[in-house]
Order: sequence, then C-alpha cells, then structure tokens
Amino acid sequence: MSAPSVPMIRQTAGRGAARAAARRRGTGGVNRRPGWVTYAVLTVVLLISAYPIYYAVLLASSDAATIAQNPVPSLIPGENLLANLRRVVESDIKFWPALVNSIIVSTVTALSVVVFATLAGYSFAKLRFRGRGPLLVFVVATMAVPTQLGIVPLFIVMSKLGWVGQLQAVIVPGMVTAFGVFWMTQYLQEALPYELIEAARVDGCSMIRTFWHVALPAARPAAAMLALFTFVGSWTNFFWPFVVLGAANPTLPVAIQLLQASYFKDYSLILAGVVASTLPLVLVFVVAGRHLVTGIMQGAVKG
Amino acid sequence: MATTAPARRLPAPPPADPGPRAPRATLRQRLARWDVRLSPYLYVAPFFLVFAVAGLFPIVYTAYVSVHDWHLIGGQGEFVGLQNFVDVLQQPRFRTALRNTFSIFLLSSVPQVAMAIALAAVLDANLRAKTFWRMGVLLPYVVAPVAVSLIFSKMFADQSGLINALLAGVGVEPIRWHSDVLASHVAIASMVNFRWTGYNTLIALAAMQAVPRELYEAAVIDGAGRLRQFFSITVPMLRPTIIFIVITSTIGGLQIFDEPRMFDQMGLGGADRQWMTLTMYLYELGWGAQKSFGRASAVAWLLFLIIVLIGLVNFALTRRIASSGGKGGQR
Repeated sequence: MSAPSVPMIRQTAGRGAARAAARRRGTGGVNRRPGWVTYAVLTVVLLISAYPIYYAVLLASSDAATIAQNPVPSLIPGENLLANLRRVVESDIKFWPALVNSIIVSTVTALSVVVFATLAGYSFAKLRFRGRGPLLVFVVATMAVPTQLGIVPLFIVMSKLGWVGQLQAVIVPGMVTAFGVFWMTQYLQEALPYELIEAARVDGCSMIRTFWHVALPAARPAAAMLALFTFVGSWTNFFWPFVVLGAANPTLPVAIQLLQASYFKDYSLILAGVVASTLPLVLVFVVAGRHLVTGIMQGAVKG
Repeated sequence: MATTAPARRLPAPPPADPGPRAPRATLRQRLARWDVRLSPYLYVAPFFLVFAVAGLFPIVYTAYVSVHDWHLIGGQGEFVGLQNFVDVLQQPRFRTALRNTFSIFLLSSVPQVAMAIALAAVLDANLRAKTFWRMGVLLPYVVAPVAVSLIFSKMFADQSGLINALLAGVGVEPIRWHSDVLASHVAIASMVNFRWTGYNTLIALAAMQAVPRELYEAAVIDGAGRLRQFFSITVPMLRPTIIFIVITSTIGGLQIFDEPRMFDQMGLGGADRQWMTLTMYLYELGWGAQKSFGRASAVAWLLFLIIVLIGLVNFALTRRIASSGGKGGQR
C-alpha cells in the first residue's frame, strides 16, 4: 500500500494528526484501536490462562495441613516452595534422571526432526524427481492418521528390539514428523529462490553441498520454529513414554505421574513436582514464546 | 494447494546431456548425474522409513494382532478371527468407554472451537502489545497435559477443591466431580479446553488476518454492524481453518488419555468407570489385568473406524454450517 502508515504520520505530523488519519483510514473502524472493553476481556482471559499455573505454585509453596484446611489458597505464595521442591527431588521418583531424560529426548527429537524435515522439505520444494507430487500428498495424508492407535504393534516391535524402558524407544518413532516435512516444504518453496540453487550448481557444488550451503541457511527461521514446536511437543508427551518407558527410566511427565500414584494425599508435594516439571518449559516459553506464536500464526496461514 | 504446483525448472546437471552412451562421459560426470537423480530420494527417505516403521506398519499390524489371541508376555497365540471384536463389543465397559469418550469429546471440542473463534475475533483488533496478548493466550499450551490434569484434579477435588469452595461461596451445593458422570466429564473437558483453546485461537487468528480488509470496509459501507460482519464475513472466510481445527481436535479428542487417566490416583477412570475413555480401555486391556493385546488391538481398530467416521461427518457438517452463513461473504 502506498499511503503513509499511521505510525509514520505520527512521527512526521504529531499525535493529533495520526489519530485523525487513523480515523479517516479506518472507514468506520477496521484499523481503529480497540476500546478498554477489549483489553478487559483479554485481561480476564489472560488471568484464566495463568491462574491454574499460579495455583500450582501456591499449593507447592504451602504445606499439606494448610491445604487440607482451606481449599482456597491466599494469593501470596507460602514459604515452603523450596522445601517441597527438595522433597520432590529426594522422593523415589528419580527426578534428576527424569529431567535429564526429558532434556535428551526433547533435544534429540527436535534436532532430528529439523534436519530430516529440512532435507525432505528442500527436496519436495525445490528438486524435481519422479513421484514427487504423489509422495508429498502421501506425507500430508499421514498427518490425518492417528499413529497412537498403532501402540500395541509398536510396543511389540520395541520389545523385540529390546528397547522397552530405553530412551531410543521414544526418540526413534519421533525422529521425523509429517508436520515438519510439510512445514519446511511450504517455507522453502517461498523462501529459497531457484537462482541461488542454480548458481551453486553451476559453481560445481554437489547436491548435498548445495543443500548445506544454500538451502539450510535459508531455512533457518522456519527450522528454529519447528525445533521449538517439536521440543514442546516431546517434552509434554505422556502416553507413549508412559507405555514404553514406565517407572524404570521415566521422562518428566511419567515421573510426575508417579508422584500422584505414591503420595496421593500430599498435594503440596505433588504440585511442587508439577511446578518443577513445568518451570523449564515455561522459561523456554518466556524466552522464545514470541517465535512459537509467530510459528503457529504462519503455519496456520499456509497450512 | 501450493504444494502441488509444478517446479519451475529442475537444477540441470552442469554439462549438457552428451547423448546416449557417449564415450566421453567421465566418471565424475556420471557421478554427478547419479547425484542429481538419487539425492532427492535420499533426502525424503528418512521420513518414509520412520513412518513405515513407526506409523504405517503398526496400524496395519494392529489388524493382524486383533484377529489373534495375543498376550502381553506370552506373545502370539492362535488365530481367532473376529472373536476379539465380539468380546470387546459385548463388554459393558466398552460401551461405557464409548459413551465417555464421546461425551468428553463433545464437551471439549464444541465450546473450544466456539471460544477459539470468538477470542480470535477479539485479538484480531488493532491491539497494542499484540505479541504479549498472543503469548498470554498460548501459555497453557506449554504445560504438559499431565501437569494440567494434576492441577485441575486438585481444583476439582470433591471435598477440598477450589471450585467447590467457590461454589459454596455463592451458595451452590458442592458438586461431586469425581463420582457424577457428567460432572467428571465437565472437569476433564475443562482441562482439555484450558490447554488447547489458546492454540486454536492463534490458528483462527492467523486465518482471520488473511481475510482481505476491503471486505469489512465494504460491509461497513453497506451498514453491517460488528456482529453481522463477524457472521457474514469472518466465519465463512474461515471455513478451511475451522475444518482444520475440527478435524485435528476430533483426532486428538477421541484418543484422549492423559487427562482422564490422571483425574484420580487410581488411573482407571473412577469406581464405576465414569470417565474411562476408549484409549484408557485399550491400555487396560493390553497392559492391565487381561494383558490381551488382541482385544486391545480390536479396540484400536474400532477407535480408528470411529475417528474416520466422525471425521467424515464433521467434514460434511462443517461444510454446511460454514457455507450456509456465507451468502454475503463469498467473493
């Protein structure tokens, strides 16, 4: 659009002019700044999304007797948070090994999904080969197949391989996702000009060097988002790790679940475990959430 | 779809094709040609390999297991035909699980889609600090379902729960969240809604922002109010996205396991299996007392068929809903 933007007018002609311009351009309010009601609604929504997490902190910082007496906690955390966290760590749920397991599983899965999805995405987006169209359609179609339902045979396979209770049983099936392939295909189709690939080829690059030096750098923003998505997804995953890993070698969600099974009346302990397992991801979210948000937004527009 | 658009040009091998059986093709050139031909397949191979092993094979193999006597530890037994399906269908627990799954699924996905679209409409305004609000809405998405369930099962505790205490504050009798069928479904659905509404909101919001603003301007000139604009432009233009949200939440919702499993410490779905879902039932058959992989697989296949069926019904329904309101919105 060639008309000057409202912020631009604000810079050159001052606030009043900007407001007037905003009113004029909005033709009845499409671009108008919303009123306080909108912000009030959003604030309420925000409180509803944040409160359960805060509630966990409140109970985790309390002691069991207080919780039993009064189900409505005060808004200010008590002083037992550290003590309760220590109890979680010292309980028999293998907290530290579970944390390490979760970090390993999520990191390895995220890295491998990014590498393989970028390779496949590059191939689908920019290379021509026989069967490309049908294969891509197949990839998209697999997104609709609920893989969770193959849980029994997958378990049989894993026990034949002797992987039950071992991390690779969780990592290997998650190493590649149809969503990832589709996502990178969509992104690279637009973000990577053919001229760049051709230039590299003319300069004598092999296919894999072209991928490494041309496609991979171009894919970086989308790859970062995909990594974040996959990381969150595998960190929060429960059913399959629960089935195949069990209590012997748990990831965090599986370990936290054990807290409830063994200490079911001690809510300050259980919710301290919840806080301990949620905190790392909330921190990741605070640092990188912006990318997660734009990621969902972009993926939705294109998907 | 953009994905099926033909590639403009393939990155040609550097030397022009020297013709069939050209004697001059050096080893290097031949290697380069193989490189060009084979590389694309090599690059897409990892996906298909992993999917074949971890996705396709299990689903097909589930069918094989489901017609056999099969024990968790004992392994494959004899062929029993459809006996596992008959056994499962005759057990009253299967029907309970089916009812629960549907009830929880409807209680979670219907309000969720509605809330997501409404909330997206609110977020679609020209807000200050956009990213902040969007991040706030997405926050619950990073809390693991297990954690959400533990938090909510305490909030919905029968005696010492926050929700009942608040209800008592306004003079409502305490609700028996862990024994009443419907109440337990509402509590579990609220966990699902808590975690997924924000995610779906952002998907809907993204689609809303792609709606051409001229449509709204034209509607304003025609004298349409905000509500009218929402139902006559926004909703119809969002049709593909709504279908996407409905289908993904169907697949997820019908397989629900984490939340109901964690709703009490037994993990069996309540004393009367008030909130035991099909996936929980599948787990109980395979890894519980019966250890019958055959019956568990039968449940998996039944669930798969249900998901496909519901998917088709959803698709038809969403199409009708979205297009009947769309007289003014179609360009």
